[in-house]
Amino acid sequence: MSSTIEIVESPAGIEGPGFFATSLDKVIGLARANSLWPLPFATSCCGIEFMGTMASNYDLGRFGAERLSFSPRQADLLMVMGTISKKMGPVLKQVYTQMAEPRWVLAVGACATSGGIFDTYSVLQGIDKVIPVDVYVPGCPPRPEQIIDGLIKIQELVKNERLNRRNSEEYKKLLGSYGIE
Amino acid sequence: MAEINNEYLLQKLKSQFGSDILSHEETYGMLSIILSKDKNLELLTWLYNDSELKFQFLTDVCGIHYPDNKDNELGVVYHLHSLVNNIRLRVKCFMPVSNPSIQSATSIYSSANWQERETFDFYGIIFEGHPNLKRIINVDEMDYFPMRKEYPLEDGTRTDKDDKYFGR
Repeated sequence: MSSTIEIVESPAGIEGPGFFATSLDKVIGLARANSLWPLPFATSCCGIEFMGTMASNYDLGRFGAERLSFSPRQADLLMVMGTISKKMGPVLKQVYTQMAEPRWVLAVGACATSGGIFDTYSVLQGIDKVIPVDVYVPGCPPRPEQIIDGLIKIQELVKNERLNRRNSEEYKKLLGSYGIE
Repeated sequence: MAEINNEYLLQKLKSQFGSDILSHEETYGMLSIILSKDKNLELLTWLYNDSELKFQFLTDVCGIHYPDNKDNELGVVYHLHSLVNNIRLRVKCFMPVSNPSIQSATSIYSSANWQERETFDFYGIIFEGHPNLKRIINVDEMDYFPMRKEYPLEDGTRTDKDDKYFGR
C-alpha cells in the first residue's frame, strides 16, 4: 500500500546541520493557515453546498480545516453561508465579537456578499454592513470548488499576515468603523 | 342533520347580522362576506358558540391594503373553518388608513395572538384588546409598515445595483 501523505513545505530560511532559522511570522502563519477551525454560520442553500464541501467527495479536511468549531470562542474562521436577514444581523455580529483574535471571515454566496436576489426591506444587503469580511465567494450557490477556492484565499491571507496587524491602529480603526470596540 | 352549505350559512348570517353584512360573494366554492368592522368580534363569537355552525378553528388572519379604496384602505381578513361541518368562511373587515383599529379576536381564538401581531407588524393595524401587540417578524427598530403600498419593496441600502439595468 502506497502512502501519499504530503506535508506543507517549510518557509524560506537558513538551514544548517542541527538548526533552521526563519522569521516567526512565517512559522506562525504556516501553522495557522493549515489548522483553521471554521465556524459554519449556514442559514440557507449555500450551507447545503458547504455540507457537500465538508463531506468526503470534496473533503475540506485536506486543507487542515477538518475540525469545525460550533463555539465561536474557539473558531478562527467565520464562514457565513446564506441569506442574513436584518433581524439576524445583530446575532451574526455577536458571534463575530465572541471570536478570539486573530479571526477571519469568509462570505460565501451572493446573499452573504450583497443580499443577492433578496433586494428587499427585510434582508441585510451583504454581511459587510455589520462585520468586516476578508474573502467573498461569488455564486448562487457556489460550487464546492469555489468554496474551497475561497478557503485557499483565506489561507494565503493567514500565511502572509503580519503578527502585529491585529494590534495596529489601522485594524482598530477598521473594527471601530463597524462599532466593535 | 342536514349538510350545511354556503347558501344556508349566508342565510343564517344575514338573519343574525342583517345590514352589518355589507356584501358577499362565492369564489371557488368558498363564501366571503364583507362585514362592518365594529361587528367583527361579535360575529366571530357568535360563529364560535353557535351550536350548529361551530366555526371553532381560525385558519388565518391577514391584512390587505388597497390605497385607492377611499376610507376603506386597510382590511383584515379572517379565514374560519368549521371542522365538524367541513365548511370554510372568509370574513373581511375594512377600515380607513387614518384610524386603523379593530377589536382583537384573541379572546376567542388564542391562535389569533401571533397572527394579529404579524398583521400589525406589516400593515400597522391596531388590534384593540390584544395582550401583547408588538412586532413579531421584522426588526424592532423598523419605523414603518413595509407591506403598505406606499413603501418600496427594495432595500434603500443596496449599493451594487445599477439603476440603468434594474429600473430603479
